[in-house]
Formats: sequence, C-alpha cells, structure tokens
Amino acid sequence: MSNWWSLKVSEIKKSKHSYVLLAPYMILFAVFTVLPVIMSMVLSFTYFNMLEFPKFIGWHNYSRLFLEDDIFLIAIKNTILFAVITGPVSYIACFVFAWIINELSPKLRAFMTLVFYAPSISGNVFFIWLMIFSGDRYGIMNGLLLKLGILMEPIQWLKEEQYILAIIIIVQLWLSLGTGFLAFIAGLQTVDRTLYEAGAVDGIRNRWQELWYITLPSMRPQLMFGAVIQITTSLAVSDVSIALAGFPSVNYAAETIVTHLIDYGTTRFEMGFASSIATVLFIIMLSTNLIVQKLLRKVGE
Amino acid sequence: MVLPLVYAINNAFKPLDEIFLFPPTLFVRNPTLNNFSDLLNLLGESWVPFSRYIFNTVFITLTGVIGHVIFASAAAFPLAKHRFPGKKSLFQVVVLSLMFTPAVTAIPNYMVMSWLGLIDTYWAVIVPAFSYSLGLYLMKQFMEQMPDALLEAAKIDGASEYRIFWTIVMPNVKPAWLTLVILQFQILWGSDGNGFIYSEQLKSLHFAANQIIYGGIARAGAAAAVALILMSVPITLFVFSQSKIIETMASSGMKD
Repeated sequence: MSNWWSLKVSEIKKSKHSYVLLAPYMILFAVFTVLPVIMSMVLSFTYFNMLEFPKFIGWHNYSRLFLEDDIFLIAIKNTILFAVITGPVSYIACFVFAWIINELSPKLRAFMTLVFYAPSISGNVFFIWLMIFSGDRYGIMNGLLLKLGILMEPIQWLKEEQYILAIIIIVQLWLSLGTGFLAFIAGLQTVDRTLYEAGAVDGIRNRWQELWYITLPSMRPQLMFGAVIQITTSLAVSDVSIALAGFPSVNYAAETIVTHLIDYGTTRFEMGFASSIATVLFIIMLSTNLIVQKLLRKVGE
Repeated sequence: MVLPLVYAINNAFKPLDEIFLFPPTLFVRNPTLNNFSDLLNLLGESWVPFSRYIFNTVFITLTGVIGHVIFASAAAFPLAKHRFPGKKSLFQVVVLSLMFTPAVTAIPNYMVMSWLGLIDTYWAVIVPAFSYSLGLYLMKQFMEQMPDALLEAAKIDGASEYRIFWTIVMPNVKPAWLTLVILQFQILWGSDGNGFIYSEQLKSLHFAANQIIYGGIARAGAAAAVALILMSVPITLFVFSQSKIIETMASSGMKD
C-alpha cells in the first residue's frame, strides 16, 4: 500500500506540467459547474429565501413538488412530451439530412449545410415565428388560411392552449439541427469507403443493409455524441416557450421544468424549492443520457 | 426549413405597409432601406448611446472567446497526450457536464457570482464562458489525433511542455480552435447577461435588440432590420469556417 502510494506521488510529481496546464480550466470548471451542482443538491433540502440562512427541512421540497404542486406536474408532462417528440425526431432528422447532404457535390453540400444549420446559430431569430403565428390576420399562418377560406376569422395561435404545444414543438425542431447535425456530417465523411466494397463481397445487397451494418456502426462515436446534444437540448426547452407563449403562458399550457425553475428562482425567490426542481431536472437529464448511451452501444451488433 | 429565414430577411426590406398587408406576403415587393434608417433613428434616441451596447457585446464576446480557446486548449493538451493520475476521471466529469444544461446550476451560480463580487460586471458572463465544457471536449478529441512523433521530436530537442503546447500543438489544431471560436461566439454574441448584469450601460446588444423587437407594431420594421443584422454576424462567421468545423467534428465522437 505504501509502495503504491509513493508510486502515485512520484507519478503526480512527474506530471507537474500536466496539472499546471489543466489548473486554470479545471478551477473555473469546479467553481462554476461542479460546485453549483453540489450546492443545488444541498439547497434542495432547505428552506432558503436568499435573506435568511438556509434552514434544513428534509424531503419537504420534494414532497411538495410531487404531491402539492399541480403546475409542476403540467411542467413535467410538457417537458416529457417535448423531449419524447423533439428528441427522437430531431435526432433522426439530423442523421437523415446529413445522410442526404453527404451524397451531394462538395459545393452544394457546403451550401445545404449552411441552410440547415443557419436557424440554430442565428440567435434569437426564432422571434420571426411570432410574426408567422401572429394572432391577427397579418400573420402568415392566419393570412394563408383565411385566404384559402379554411378559417373564417383569425386564430390567436399563441394564446390558445391547444395550439401552443404544437407550435413550440415545430419551432424547437426548426432550431434543432445544431452541433449534432454537424457531427453527423463529419462522421459520414470519415466512414472508410473500402468497407462498402468489402460489404458488397460479403453479401450486403441494398442501401438499408449498408446503412445498418456498415455506416451506423462506423460512426457510432458521433451518434453517441449527437445523442447527448439532442437529448440535453430537448429536455431544456424554455427560451422558445417564453418567447412565443409568454411567461407564464396562458393557464401554464407551455410551462416546462426549466420555466418552472425560472419562476421559483427569479420571481418567487424560493431558492430551496427551486433547487429541488433543478435537482429533479439534473437527474432526469443525466439518467436519460446514460440510458440512451447504453442503448446506442448496441447499434449494428 | 429556409422559409422562416427568407421571411425574416425579406421583412427587413419591406416598407411598413407591406409588413401589415393582407394577405401577408413572403417576398418583398418594393424593397426599401427605410427600416434601417428607422433603426438608426431609434438608436439615436436611446438613453445609453447605442455604440455602448455594441462595445459591451464585442468586448464580452472577444474576451470570452479568446480566454476560452486558451484555457480549454491548455487543459485539453495533457488530457489528450499525457498520462497522469486522475486523467480519466477528470475527463469523465467534463463529459457528464455535457449532459445537463446551465439552467440546472443557475441559482447556485448566482450565489457564487455574488460571493466573488462579479454581479453586474462583464466578468459574470465572461469568466464562466472560459470553462464551457463542449469546447474542452471537442478540443481534446481533436488533439488525440495529432501524431505523437511531432511531440516526441520537440521533446528530444529539449523544449518544455509549455513551449511544445504553444509552438507545436496550438498551430496544429487550428481547425479545432476555429470551432471553439464559433461555438462560443454564438453563445456570447446572443447573451443577454444571464441575469447577472443590471446596469443599462453594461447591457448587451442582444438585450437592446430585444427591446426593439418586442416594442410593438410601430417598431415592426426596425425590429426586422435589427434581427437581420444580429443574425448575419454568426452566419457569416460560419460560412468562412465551415470546412474547419466539419474537420473538427469528425473527431467529436464518444469512444466509450
């Protein structure tokens, strides 16, 4: 044991340079990411209003969250609904579009990449959807439907509960071809061409088999990376909801876990309670990611 | 996919009566630059000179991007190329942090910021940006592909690790740092201060733009113009760096 220990110590001494290079980043990472996660978990067991010292109250915040807070249940329902729809759809869309683009000539490929990627880097340009789904007849959607005679009078798209969720999903999907999409394009370009020739000899007959037995397994690392990005974004819907549906939305129809967290954290200053919301979100995000990672390891096996 | 963007671009050049036309049109008929001159007038009236908002955003973006690239690359180098105790677990933690969003840590982050006395300063936005974990992740994956022979040769010549990092590693990972630049740029360029900045004179361009965008009917034209200006910057940047970014993303995969 002491031998092992002294070996470690000498290894650490030898790697002094590595630690020096790592230190600036890791200190900031610890202060702004690791510490806050731990603090959030600790605070979630307290009553804390930013003025008095936090008071330990055990599991009370959690029981209140799940048993008494009806709006949180709406938030969970919406978050899961968004994630279950936008997560897989955007993930598959990222791959399918990348796959199609990959067949194009380099110039066209670069152009199409830009077209698909543009919405996700244009910042808050999603406010344009406010004009498309505007409640008066000058909005594109109302204007079109009125002109075609489908509607007799304009619909308040963003103020009526039955439309809000669908609209947020559409916008969220529109924004979702981001980093994961780029990773897939890159991944497809790195697949070894000779594998396809070898596959043809081994009896792979059509493009689907080629996709399942060669392309997908070859780019499994990118698929896993893309999954992390898409899952995390699909569970964190908030900006779009706030921008389009307002905050709070009509009857909390567009409330998500993140908007609920913002509500308690920045409006009501119930920091302990808000921390328990954050902790629940943290657990949902982390466990979904880890489970999906496990599943993706099986692709093409 | 493109239609909303086309609509956004066209709106910026529509005269006000065309924005409120029934039936609404996608394309502009009588293009005009009125919206942009309206925007200029609006900006001239703002309480804080508009150039201040521009300076704020440019300063935050530049400092944040440069610091991030240097800090993340310095940390990525030993993680990619050296062997030392704790390497695996440190990287694991960074990968785990890709799996949740900043919303999770927003409240404690505010407390940390106030302990550090950073509330209502640029640094509240800049310093956390240095340790953005996607950047470190991509940089480390990219550096792993660098041939070891390059580093060995320099070591034999007696160069220190820091020298190797700065003169050999950094020039060789240009595609990766361009990628870090654009990813971080996009975040900081669109930043509204994350709730840490209160003083009007420290607020960002994005914040000022939002006030115009949500300013109602009279400002619909100016709003379209400001939105076009804001989105054209990151898109232009991406056009010029696209091939490098794709090159970086090729190594982005997660290897167990």
